[in-house]
Amino acid sequence: MEKVVIKKSPYNVKKARIIDIKQLTEKEKLFRVILEDNSWLDYEPGQFIMVSLMGIGEIPISICSSPLNRDYFEICVRAVGKVTESMHRLNVGEIIGIRGPYGKGFPIRMIEAHDLLIIAGGLGLAPLRSLILYAIDNRRDFGEIHILFGCKTPEELLFSDEIEEWGRRLDLHFACTVDRADPDWKGNIGLITSLIPGVDIDPIRTYAAVVGPPIMYKFVIKELLAKGLPVDQILLSFERHMKCGMGKCGRCQIQNLYCCKDGPVFTFKEIMDMAEAL
Amino acid sequence: MKTEQYRIIEKSSFNDFINSLIASQKVIGPVYKGFNNYTFEEIKSAQEMSLNYIPTIIPPKKYFMPQKETILEFDTKETLHVEPVSEYEELILFGVHTCDIAGLRCLNVVLSDEPKDISYLIRKRYITIIGLECNAYCDEYASCSFVGAHVPTTGYDLMFTDLGDYFIVHIHSSKGMDIVKQANIFKPADNYDFEALKALREKKDRIFNNEVPTERRYLPDLIDRSWNASVWKELEQKCLGCGNCTSVCPTCYCFDIKEDVDFTLKAGQRYRVWFSCQLDPFAKVAGGIDFRRERSARQRHRFYRKFRYHIDRYGMFFCTGCGRCSRTCMAKINLKEVLTALIKESETKIWRKWL
Repeated sequence: MEKVVIKKSPYNVKKARIIDIKQLTEKEKLFRVILEDNSWLDYEPGQFIMVSLMGIGEIPISICSSPLNRDYFEICVRAVGKVTESMHRLNVGEIIGIRGPYGKGFPIRMIEAHDLLIIAGGLGLAPLRSLILYAIDNRRDFGEIHILFGCKTPEELLFSDEIEEWGRRLDLHFACTVDRADPDWKGNIGLITSLIPGVDIDPIRTYAAVVGPPIMYKFVIKELLAKGLPVDQILLSFERHMKCGMGKCGRCQIQNLYCCKDGPVFTFKEIMDMAEAL
Repeated sequence: MKTEQYRIIEKSSFNDFINSLIASQKVIGPVYKGFNNYTFEEIKSAQEMSLNYIPTIIPPKKYFMPQKETILEFDTKETLHVEPVSEYEELILFGVHTCDIAGLRCLNVVLSDEPKDISYLIRKRYITIIGLECNAYCDEYASCSFVGAHVPTTGYDLMFTDLGDYFIVHIHSSKGMDIVKQANIFKPADNYDFEALKALREKKDRIFNNEVPTERRYLPDLIDRSWNASVWKELEQKCLGCGNCTSVCPTCYCFDIKEDVDFTLKAGQRYRVWFSCQLDPFAKVAGGIDFRRERSARQRHRFYRKFRYHIDRYGMFFCTGCGRCSRTCMAKINLKEVLTALIKESETKIWRKWL
């Protein structure tokens, strides 16, 4: 058996250095990362990377910073498994491996010049943050921007500083809700679906971008359709276990689509007739 | 038929030919292992091979996409050091049936698709495929004519067809031509040989009949109509979820990626291993949600993947009719029976619409 080194292997990883770590909530940390060779990661909002801790494993994580930021990129990691828990033990200056970006993100060219309705459930705000920051950076290219964010409890609110700032901005509408409030909570209480009927949008002119836990989609889509949004203007990003990120390993297959290659962002039209998608 | 691409070799010279191949390269061929089981393994002399064999337990896919394959070697001692690696070996695969060649074509389509699987492409370059045509069915599980994999079309360097006292050999690549030239025991084929080959293929057309009561072209449509078929629910009762059907399938290529570290906990390898959509953890996501929790949904996924999804993606069936899945199933789930049951159920539905 001959062994050769193939630098161009699609599984090869690039070294990336953590330059900042921010504890967002009890379970989520935000990692600010740069590539060791000082090149920039060219990505679209909604795309993901495969993050490696050598010896522990590799997982797909969506990029949550603005793609226009050339100094660094950010990933938001919830400690739920072997790799993510190990990531939470890393310090600034340590090296991780990354490959990507992979997948189809939000179709920016299509969304531009339209109104934008962003609906995020829990950790779903992470991939959507990339789109929100992009839209804020290019504010004049978009129409009205509405952001709805919901999570279980006030302690689980991600990016709380930024959220506060979004709430203060005059050029976008922001609403936030929690399922269960504590005595200090002054905002809405209830599921995220309860916010949708009150949003003032022109459905024909609006693209909705939805990311959240699997259970959320059916209910949110129902509300959006009730609002009159066309099926091809509802954008959804799906979570599946992806091992290769390149449409080979079969783990993320939704019928004849690969979540990693054909998604993770799909229009509702693409998947509405597909069992096993939602 | 380009006549200059054909040669003949007498059976009396066959062993000499194989032994001359063995003298120059590693040769893999079908070997009898007892209890009607065969495997592809290295042979040291022509006599070790069983040319009259039913599909081997594991298809020759294992030489192109090994069950376990290192993709990265790493060392994290001082700073992260990662080296992507690939292993390959120069091989001649002898006696590959047309169904398995069809399987390798499926694998080729997927692994050559962007981004290319470079390890596979390197290995493929070093493997020579010498086919062996079947003149009769291997057993009752085969459905190779249904999917059109019972006659040689493409995907090999040389193809041997048994014509009684001799083989007629089709040369399909320059690599194949080099072997023929080097052996120096092949004779040119003449009209008599072509007539014999033609007669054999005509006879095959009569024996190899559609094993499933429909035509291939109707199958994608049938599968489309069968999402809610009760057949899947019946499979739920039978299937043990062991994944045997997928681990012996020549067209299954799903895998998992894992890693091992050595005793220093600093260095190790990342590797990929075959995995199966029939196994429980395959379609699970965070929070324990499983998009194909029921075994009926997993079996349905398998059939859709063979006969529908890849038509959309790659324009071809991902079933070669080799029958391995049915032969190996502990619960006796038979691919041909499942397809027949789907046809029957679908027909009843169509009739009901008219009544």
